[in-house]
Amino acid sequence: MRVGLLVTCLIDMLRPRIGFATLELLEAAGCSVVVPQTQTCCGQPAYNSGDRTATRQLAIKLLGEFEDCAYVVVPSGACAGMVRKHYAELITDDPALAQRMATLAAKTYELTEFLVNVAKIENMPGNHTGSVTYHDSCSGLRELGIKAQPRRLLARLPGVTLKEMPDAEECCGFGGAFSVKFGELSAAIAERKCNSIHTAAADVVVGGDLGCLLNIEGKLRRMGDETTRVLHIAELLAGVCGDGSEGC
Amino acid sequence: MEIHSMHFKARAGQKMADVVLQQNLKKTRSKFVDKRANAIRQLDDFEDLRTAAQELRDRVINNLDLWLERFEEEATRRGATVLWARDGAEVCRLTVDIARKHGVTMAVKSKSMLSEEAALNQALEAAGIRPVETDLGEYILQINNNEPPSHIVAPVFHKSKEEISALFARTHGLPPKTGIEEMAREAREVLRPHFLSAGMGISGGNFLVAETGSVALVTNEGNGRMVTTMPDVHVAITGIEKVVPTLEDLATLMRLLPRSATGQSISNYFSLLTGVKKPDDSDGPRHMYFILVDNGRADLVAGEYAAMLRCIRCGACMNHCPVYQSIGGHAYGWVYPGPMGSVLTPLLGGIENALDLPQASTLCNQCGSVCPVNIPLPDLLRKLRERQLKNGLRPLSERLLLRSWSWLARHPRCYTLAAQLGARYLRWLGEDGKRIRVLGLMPEWTTGRDLPAPPGKTFRELYAARARARK
Repeated sequence: MRVGLLVTCLIDMLRPRIGFATLELLEAAGCSVVVPQTQTCCGQPAYNSGDRTATRQLAIKLLGEFEDCAYVVVPSGACAGMVRKHYAELITDDPALAQRMATLAAKTYELTEFLVNVAKIENMPGNHTGSVTYHDSCSGLRELGIKAQPRRLLARLPGVTLKEMPDAEECCGFGGAFSVKFGELSAAIAERKCNSIHTAAADVVVGGDLGCLLNIEGKLRRMGDETTRVLHIAELLAGVCGDGSEGC
Repeated sequence: MEIHSMHFKARAGQKMADVVLQQNLKKTRSKFVDKRANAIRQLDDFEDLRTAAQELRDRVINNLDLWLERFEEEATRRGATVLWARDGAEVCRLTVDIARKHGVTMAVKSKSMLSEEAALNQALEAAGIRPVETDLGEYILQINNNEPPSHIVAPVFHKSKEEISALFARTHGLPPKTGIEEMAREAREVLRPHFLSAGMGISGGNFLVAETGSVALVTNEGNGRMVTTMPDVHVAITGIEKVVPTLEDLATLMRLLPRSATGQSISNYFSLLTGVKKPDDSDGPRHMYFILVDNGRADLVAGEYAAMLRCIRCGACMNHCPVYQSIGGHAYGWVYPGPMGSVLTPLLGGIENALDLPQASTLCNQCGSVCPVNIPLPDLLRKLRERQLKNGLRPLSERLLLRSWSWLARHPRCYTLAAQLGARYLRWLGEDGKRIRVLGLMPEWTTGRDLPAPPGKTFRELYAARARARK
């Protein structure tokens, strides 16, 4: 099964470890993974800023890079949602291209839904021990319906106890460019999310989107919480948390 | 009502610093969100129901002129007069004319957002006609120097019991009360003589029913019933999009409206008002007027924002919005707050008068997922962002940034270099390799939180190195 890894621009630049964790999980699930080296960004920042022309150009670029893969897997609900739910509608004037885009959209998956629903992964390399709480990121949850998959995967790690936070489905306040256009508002929403996380009193907050995780971690630290760890689900499942400490 | 949406950001800042408001906003969940969730759970067919509601609203909007004509015909046949207002100024003029024609000097009002759009109270006062708000929330706002509502269903949601108690004591000259029930009784006592003496009642309208020429009112206080049946003249003011074809359609929407708004399976009062008082009726107005208002709505019918006309004003979108929950309704600067307001305000009030509103959303779609008529609010906000950009309404710095970023993203070699430089720069900024406390490039990020520092090399860089090493 030839799988293309769309690593996402945020992970590429800000936390490459998540990319390697994803790679490891896909290989553990028996996939042969390709990483197109010219990939940059799915175009969601342009799309949400109202620049359809640039979005369309980036969609066509991504199509060229990933079209020959059997599946495209993305360790992000936001970017997977962008490709799957919005790419096809960008092409209104070229039926052949629109068809190719629809095919690409249909074979694009967020990581946890791919592992559970398509690859049906049996064993995960991770061996984390402790309590975790899961934050449902908005696009994954509300565009792709991802809710059960990450929890099913976490349940496969014998040492992990899931402690649900209240309002796990509430937005964390990231919102892409929103977080820097309306920083104060964004941080106020993040504070509510962090309070929910504290109510869960877990050792680790886990999520499927790095944008949200940076927002949450940044707010937790600013609130003086130096201990709650913030990890991408791929890091936890693959057991690569980067500090070289006892399993994760 | 004048639009102040241009000052959204500054006002949002003030609202976040308002301790009392923040306390009150914390009640959003228990007051609205949880109650709605329970009420919706009791329906076994919510998804089917909202699909049906969406379809019926779309059917009306696609033939709005026909259904409005039918409504006019049926209402007229039952003795009512149907008037049409192009904008708020016409609403005011028509209402004042009606009042003068019937020699009215005081009008009792039940809640009407359209009268807020039109700033009707000010116009009535200027014409020497005293308007008295009788919805408890609207009454509180009126005696508080005509303060605007902050929520379309719960207009005084931003106020605490203590503030209202002090306001009542000041205005009524009575000893301050502490219980909500006592305060409500006091307001009822103050309002009763007005119900008995007013020459005219002004109401909004939740729905208009074309096949019977009726207006439906959904209220919880009973004041709507008195406003529309006690005075000799009843004027119902509502938007042209509120029409539905049949009573059956009304029933479909009524299964959704109270549940979505307040979590009630049915509101305390539901009135269906049809025609003028007949000789053997025990009550009802002798004169009934409808003022059906366009105020920008007709322009939306055939365009890409038509879905917004489905809105039944339940307020669920704002109750579930993380932005609304942080700042309340006043920061939005016009009649309608929250996600529906961020779409409607630029559409009805001019896109250039509300530039922040479509941007001030995380597009989390909590609004769209609770909307009882499936309005794709994030899509509509995004379309407004597109229009802002197309019309050159975004700041130059933002446009330049967007353009250079998208150029880079289309040129992988340059992008790779830029990403590598960026990763290294951010790593360098990080304190003890962990956190960035001040980020000069994006200062808004670090005003309220840190940015976790990156390790300094990009994934693709490390991946390529690994591939080389394996060879």
